[in-house]
Amino acid sequence: MELFLYTALFSPLVGSLFAALFGASPRTKIAGIVPSILLGVSLISSSVLLVLVLTTGHTLHVEMMTWMATGNLYIPFGFVVDQVSVTMMMVVTLVSTVVHVYAIGYMDHDKGFNRFFSYLSAFVFSMMVLVMSDNFAGLFIGWEGVGLCSWLLIGFWYQKESATWAANEAFIMNRIADLGMLIGIFLVYWNTGTLQYDGAFAAFANMDTDTLTWIGIFLFIGAMGKSAQFPLHTWLADAMEGPTPVSALIHAATMVTAGVYLVVRSNELYSLIPHVGLFIASLGAFVAIFAASMALVNRDIKRVIAYSTLSQLGYMFVAAGLGAYWVALFHLMAHAFFKALLFLGAGNVMHAMDSELDPFKMGGLGKKMKGTMIMMTLASVALAGIYPLAGFFSKDLILEVGFVENHYIIYTVLLFTAGLTAFYSFRIVALIFHGEERYKLFGFHPHEAYKFMLVAMSPLLILAVIAGSFKMTYFEMVTYVLPATEYHVHNHTIYWIMTIGTQLFVILSIFYAYKKYMSRDIKVPDGTSAMENSFKYKLLINQYYIPYFYEEYLVKPYRELSTLFWTKVDQKIVDASVDGIANIFYQTGENTRAMQSGNLSTMLKWMVAGTVALLSLAVVFGLAARYSEEIKLFLSGLGV
Amino acid sequence: MEIGLNHYLVLSTILFSIGLVGVMRRKNLLMLFFATEILLNSVNISFAAISHYYGDLTGQMFAFFVIAIAASEVAVGLGLLIVWHKKHNNIDLDNMSTMRG
Repeated sequence: MELFLYTALFSPLVGSLFAALFGASPRTKIAGIVPSILLGVSLISSSVLLVLVLTTGHTLHVEMMTWMATGNLYIPFGFVVDQVSVTMMMVVTLVSTVVHVYAIGYMDHDKGFNRFFSYLSAFVFSMMVLVMSDNFAGLFIGWEGVGLCSWLLIGFWYQKESATWAANEAFIMNRIADLGMLIGIFLVYWNTGTLQYDGAFAAFANMDTDTLTWIGIFLFIGAMGKSAQFPLHTWLADAMEGPTPVSALIHAATMVTAGVYLVVRSNELYSLIPHVGLFIASLGAFVAIFAASMALVNRDIKRVIAYSTLSQLGYMFVAAGLGAYWVALFHLMAHAFFKALLFLGAGNVMHAMDSELDPFKMGGLGKKMKGTMIMMTLASVALAGIYPLAGFFSKDLILEVGFVENHYIIYTVLLFTAGLTAFYSFRIVALIFHGEERYKLFGFHPHEAYKFMLVAMSPLLILAVIAGSFKMTYFEMVTYVLPATEYHVHNHTIYWIMTIGTQLFVILSIFYAYKKYMSRDIKVPDGTSAMENSFKYKLLINQYYIPYFYEEYLVKPYRELSTLFWTKVDQKIVDASVDGIANIFYQTGENTRAMQSGNLSTMLKWMVAGTVALLSLAVVFGLAARYSEEIKLFLSGLGV
Repeated sequence: MEIGLNHYLVLSTILFSIGLVGVMRRKNLLMLFFATEILLNSVNISFAAISHYYGDLTGQMFAFFVIAIAASEVAVGLGLLIVWHKKHNNIDLDNMSTMRG
């Protein structure tokens, strides 16, 4: 069985290295096909492991080799396949296989085709390391690896200034959070003496709450960065500068959920500190509504979906924070399917519209792109949480968790957000696929994507529809590792009122969105309408002025401070002293060059001078050594 | 007054100083060789004297080594000097500046 584990882990790496061989050569199909096949292999291996874990309940734990062993520190390259990591492995390999195949079509005309697949497979490898590692150090390697690949892929079109800026923003924001994460890991090692999950978690049970709280907070700061929680959220929307398959894989399905995975993985820690859990849940609920509100008005389809991702991550953190770890993981899985599908659909639309992202310039695309329309509509239905699609089972469960745990404020916020989610999802669906064919005004000639791209997307579509039916199997599987709390509203009347009420609310939101955005009067906003000049709209379209705030009050002062240090400290002190030392030697050489006149007689004189100097020194030191006692006496007499 | 170690050492020092002045002042290469010989032999005197003083033969042995080396040095030096003289028709130190950097 270890063979399957290693295959699942390393075949993406092989794929990445294979594609890298073609990095400098012109576009070759094989650089995309081979990594996709290798990912398929990885997917099959993961499925075998899933079946093994599911049917026998056995988990795999291997130690490939020792990484660090000094003194008491022992960190191996250890990998574990248990119920939680196998779920993540399935999600990662499945979505990435789909995205790889899709990207063969999507990146068809791009010059960096080979490079793209090399990065994308490297990302999958890092993600696999992240989810399969059996210790915090291995998790951190994967964590940094996905961060690096994310940077490479957001800035994939490096000739665009905005793309490189977004890549750097994402990287720097994550660095800030990773510092917190690193401190958390250090604290774990400091207090427990090990970084292995099982060892560390076993030691947590006997530790005082204060230490655990700090560990929990610092690890969560790391999770906040990767999962783009407030106030480190701005990078996620800007990360949409990357190619769309990247957004689907990294910034919707896998990497951004690493934070949720970390909290779920550390459930034994967070169960001991429910007050931190409550903070996580509150922040999650806040982010859910905060991001959803920004998605309401945005005029960039990818950004709308990105805010939606942010909002759904908030949901996951609510579940994880309230101790419903299996619910969080379930929503993570279901969300990965429909959100990746939504992004890939958006990719098709972008392709059709020559990279135009403003949905107001589209309209009526449904006639030309039937397949994409069906997929995106179903994905949106799943996202909105309509029975019987995936979102209903996972998202409504989170609402129930909030209700059962008696956090009614969180429940209300999430319920309201569910309405917003439905509204903004169908706002873009209506604007893109229905209504007047506004694209004609702008001279676009949309066409449906390649057939094989749609076929590649279909597994996601199927899963987005049926993922909910796995709920019980999934529950029985993961609760070997995670706390098996079932969340049921015991009063049947309240349960039905809640469920039906939520459904009705969501459906009404959908109809309202359709009604509002399918009408014939929709025009491309030009900044003149009353709505666009209202304060609310301005607040939302400018993302609550948070990027502006960061730019004005953090980036600019920092830049000024840096300039100050550069001109005053670096140039005047550091550089000056280093240059000064070098100059002394240079000047000495310059001045003593005259000695080397080449005249033998002068040289002899110098030689004699040197001999005399050395002899005198020898005599002086000899005397000093001889009379050291007397000298000391004399000096002490002087009071030194 | 008996002649002791100090007298030899003073003689050696005086000879060494004469030799040093010779090395510094002389412009004639032949004279320079003489000055070098004086330097070496001043050292030989002190070697022999100190060796006798301590009753240890090592110092006198060293003196012989120095004499042997001085002889070979002069042999090589004089050979070079003759070649130089044939070529340039003088043996003035100030003219030997081919090593100027």
